[in-house]
Amino acid sequence: MKKHIKILSPCGILGYGFPEESFLSGMQDHPDAIVVDAGSTDAGPHKLGAGTAIVSKTACKKDLAHMLIAGHKNDIPVIIGSAGGSGAEVHVNWTLDIIKEIVEENGLQGMKMAVIWADIPNEVIKNQLKADKVVPLGTSVPPLTDAIVEDSTGIVAQMGAEPIMEALAQGAKIIVCGRAYDPAPFAAVGIYHGFDPAYAYHLGKVLECGALSSEPGTTKDCMMGVLYEDGFEVYPTNPIRKCTPVSVAAHTFYEKDHPFLLKGPGIILDLEACDFKEVSEGRVRVTGSKISFTPQYQIKLEGARCVAYRTFVIAGIRDPILIDQIESVEAEVKESVVEQYKEIDSEHYEINFYNYGINGVMGDLEPIKTVGHEIGVLFEVVAKTQELASALCSSVRSTFMHYGYHGRKSTAGNLAFPFAPSDVNFGAVYAFSVYHLMETEDGKQLFPIEYSEV
Amino acid sequence: MDRLVDIAKVLRSKNSGPFEITLDILFDNIEYYHRVIVSHVITRESICALYALNPDDITQIVFFEKALGIKITYNRKVSSGTFRDRDVYGAQQHAPLMGLMIP
Repeated sequence: MKKHIKILSPCGILGYGFPEESFLSGMQDHPDAIVVDAGSTDAGPHKLGAGTAIVSKTACKKDLAHMLIAGHKNDIPVIIGSAGGSGAEVHVNWTLDIIKEIVEENGLQGMKMAVIWADIPNEVIKNQLKADKVVPLGTSVPPLTDAIVEDSTGIVAQMGAEPIMEALAQGAKIIVCGRAYDPAPFAAVGIYHGFDPAYAYHLGKVLECGALSSEPGTTKDCMMGVLYEDGFEVYPTNPIRKCTPVSVAAHTFYEKDHPFLLKGPGIILDLEACDFKEVSEGRVRVTGSKISFTPQYQIKLEGARCVAYRTFVIAGIRDPILIDQIESVEAEVKESVVEQYKEIDSEHYEINFYNYGINGVMGDLEPIKTVGHEIGVLFEVVAKTQELASALCSSVRSTFMHYGYHGRKSTAGNLAFPFAPSDVNFGAVYAFSVYHLMETEDGKQLFPIEYSEV
Repeated sequence: MDRLVDIAKVLRSKNSGPFEITLDILFDNIEYYHRVIVSHVITRESICALYALNPDDITQIVFFEKALGIKITYNRKVSSGTFRDRDVYGAQQHAPLMGLMIP
């Protein structure tokens, strides 16, 4: 077993970019692998539902070219987690096309590639549902049903380190993972080389965000992780950034529900007793990470489905007489449109108003009741079809524009539209329909690996 | 008395998965952290009052001294990125915390 291994994380999301000097400086420290996370559910359900990527092809290709060329030159593995953002088949294929272009343009042919798929067949999920082996992940997530499964597009599950370790054992030098638990591709390298899974996963948790846990933190720069038998160290490869004990400790807070208990596929990380020490300027050593393996291996399912089509309008209001009674006027406008379209079942659409300058950002959760001298109103109609949304939204707009509210002086029009045309057809609206934990045999069963030579 | 925003180093909100939002309050010295802890200004009740939440909506309130931080996680009324959601990343839900007065 090696005394230590090094993993270079170029950036927080593949395609976010990184300074070339940082990457080259990292490569001079001879990493044993280059690993990048490409995924996130942050941008909402649309990416998974519609099969689109988080970053542009150009941005992804630019980052990936640096990584693949360096991996080829140094004969070290390059691993991509949650390819294409959501990690479903369409996103993985999008990434594979980009890899193909890079390989051809740079003469990198001959590298062994592994593709690890994370799409979970509907039948598998339905069988597990029947056996009571699927539970909602969170108290506000509705239970899963067969109908929701069938209605969802491209259900994926987050893989753990196991299938990625298998691909490493088979000698793959490019590993493209479908949806993966963000730290897993990093952890796989460490565990494969015989290091403690607690440190391997905790290091993965730090590295998956690039240089975010340094000061000044960013996802658009490189971070190096060094795994030892009894701990790990991290440092940014750009000299303008430093890791501090607090910056690394506080990072485990980021976008997780609990600050020191982190649940992943088949594991729970416990970071409560960790110790964070500065070992040299900007370099922090972490010890005391603990891991437990859950008695039953569970994977997190993610799925999205189309729930409606939307048309929306943005308008400004400056008239104080209208602003004073805006919410009641909006209610009356809504009522009038429902009345105008009596023949359409009101279950088939919804009219919503968002008043920026009052509570646009927080809605009912807004504690402050002051109102600006002008407000921005966003209104939308969501409906079963785009045509219906568009037709109804046009009526909401014309009714609102000319509505004769109580005390009106401005009889020429109520809304200031910044754009012509004012109505924007948005297209499909998706919702996360699957966010559940499902029991499975082990970490590898549902994540098939395909090998090839690029 | 200081406003929380004037003694915290980081005050932020973010999705923790598509069905929850998590609020992080981080400090850069232990004195400030302890001042907030002993003040008992941050409790399930105070957060419910500030954010118009039911106690059941709050899934975690955790004080973590090692990282000089406090984490509060609550259920979203609407899941991220579908209609009626107002903040897809959950990144602008922290502001009400700023004005909390800490003795």
